[in-house]
Amino acid sequence: MSELPLRAQLASVLGRSAASLSRATGRGDGSVIGGRVALKVEPDLLAKLARGRRIALVSATNGKTTTTRLIAQALREFGDVATNEHGANMPTGHITALSDNRSAVNGVLEVDEKYLPQVLLATQPAFVVLMNLSRDQMDRASEINLLAKKWRMALGKSSTHVIANADDPLVAWAGLGAPSATWVSAGQRWKEDSWCCPECGGHLKRDVDPYWECPECGLARPKTTWAVDNDSDVLVTPEGQRVKLRLNLPGDANRSNAAIAAATAAGYGMHPERTVERLREITSVAGRYTSVVTMGVEVRLLLAKNPAGWLESFAVLDPPRTPVILAVNAQVPDGKDTSWLWDVDYTVLRGRRVFVMGERRTDLALRLETDDVEFEVADRVDEALNRIKAEQPDITKVDLIANYTAFQQIRTAYGRVQ
Amino acid sequence: MTNTSTLRIVWIYPDLLSTYGDRGNVLILKRRAELRGISTEVVHVHSPDPAPEQGDIYLLGGGEDRPQILAAERLRADGGLARAAARGACVFAVCAGYQIIGESYGDDEANPLPGVGILDIRSGRGQARAVGEVVADVDPSLGVGRITGFEYHQGRTRIGPSAKPFSTLVHGIGNDERTEGAYQGQVLGTYLHGPALPRNPQLADLLLRWRVGGLAPLPPAWGERLHEERLAAALR
Repeated sequence: MSELPLRAQLASVLGRSAASLSRATGRGDGSVIGGRVALKVEPDLLAKLARGRRIALVSATNGKTTTTRLIAQALREFGDVATNEHGANMPTGHITALSDNRSAVNGVLEVDEKYLPQVLLATQPAFVVLMNLSRDQMDRASEINLLAKKWRMALGKSSTHVIANADDPLVAWAGLGAPSATWVSAGQRWKEDSWCCPECGGHLKRDVDPYWECPECGLARPKTTWAVDNDSDVLVTPEGQRVKLRLNLPGDANRSNAAIAAATAAGYGMHPERTVERLREITSVAGRYTSVVTMGVEVRLLLAKNPAGWLESFAVLDPPRTPVILAVNAQVPDGKDTSWLWDVDYTVLRGRRVFVMGERRTDLALRLETDDVEFEVADRVDEALNRIKAEQPDITKVDLIANYTAFQQIRTAYGRVQ
Repeated sequence: MTNTSTLRIVWIYPDLLSTYGDRGNVLILKRRAELRGISTEVVHVHSPDPAPEQGDIYLLGGGEDRPQILAAERLRADGGLARAAARGACVFAVCAGYQIIGESYGDDEANPLPGVGILDIRSGRGQARAVGEVVADVDPSLGVGRITGFEYHQGRTRIGPSAKPFSTLVHGIGNDERTEGAYQGQVLGTYLHGPALPRNPQLADLLLRWRVGGLAPLPPAWGERLHEERLAAALR
């Protein structure tokens, strides 16, 4: 961290120049290109940049950007934190994050699920933080059972401490491969990918949420020390202390992210009460949960990239009078296959005013028709808002749920809101 | 339909074979039957439970390598699906489900494993993954026309003398870069994964016609529109 070998220093400087150039020319935020240039000069750069720091790697299908942000926010109590908060979650992004902040002793890195084994090996992190695994864009993401197996093997060869959600069987099984672990009961709303035992394939017994066990091989949910009580909006610590959360991010999914963040921050020596105070300072993450006010209507932006994410978004929708706009694309970052729409249950939207937009709105339209949800088709957000204003002038709030590139397009249209 | 006026749709192993949108096939069959006044009953059979023999349409979805092997083992041990097919029930299987209703399929090391044996096909592994949109022309005797879908698999399938190719490829990899899917009586399998029936309403209607005979036409709706849109996009 402080004393890098000459070659690594050069790599780091060149990478940062490339990143500045990228930003100055408006091509991007520089996280990826900077790391790519640096890696060419020094392939071991990530390992060298990580040496001597206390790093936490954060991975999951959903919530990794938010949880990374929450943990970093907590750890800033102790000073600078090296972190990839722009969400560039592959090794090039990690190099940029660590190069940009050479003096920070603590680091929090969001890691793409597929890259976790490799980044784990390179960075020798103090903590690996794991939240959930569920079906994601299948044409580009890995199959999740395979992913969990790779995580488990990589953790088995490491000396890291895992902080993980015990309520997700696949995540727990992967985490049990590590030499030591802190288990958090962080909940699991989407269960369709964990009916089978990750160890032997047996049909899991899941009678009383959040407990699970395999009647065939005996694999069972590890005993937890941290928990979330969603009904009371409370974080329960290993000492049994109940800390009121009152987060400024909505929903159970974010309570869950906060509990994981608090357990991780505790590993760095943070007191849970102080952690929660710091977590409340976060009101949006890279545009997610932000509201933009346009045409006198407050439009809240929710990002949902896969079935589990859509389920969490439905859970935080405003009361039924609030219209909702759904936007779906199928570009490469979204996955070019929209089959996942059929895994989402849209019946909860019945009785609400619903608009569909995005490049794959016909897929969405058929999906809603099949679930007997009435909807209208729109080309743009302002078109939907115009129709709402014309017919329901008293409406002041609208929720918008979009998948990745649809979300980015809308966010850009409103000036890349944070 | 057997014995009763209710169409019984049996979803085989949603806990093992439901990787990506497979539920869509259940929902669309049910909807297109009910729009014609045909009452339906949907039965979910989880992997520890026996498959009933008295269903009308059996649906099998996709799955990762290990769940696929488990599903094949359990279906063979249970025997319910094979007995239903022998009775003449309709079986519609996609992707991993398609492979395991055949005579044999390959595991992740390309070793051949025995399938349920209700469709005369043998599947192995190809060199590369087949990923992307598919367009194919269905065997004209089935009256389905052109279909579209999305494939995501590494399988290559040979069709034996008792089965016929389901369709001829226009675009995509399918069985062997020439044909896509296979059928034998009312047992039909395809590599078009997940919601193959929502994307091809006329294929959903073929399965219904097999069970109930003549079907009243439905006014074109979003399913037909999506079908046209995806055809145009894939052939652009």
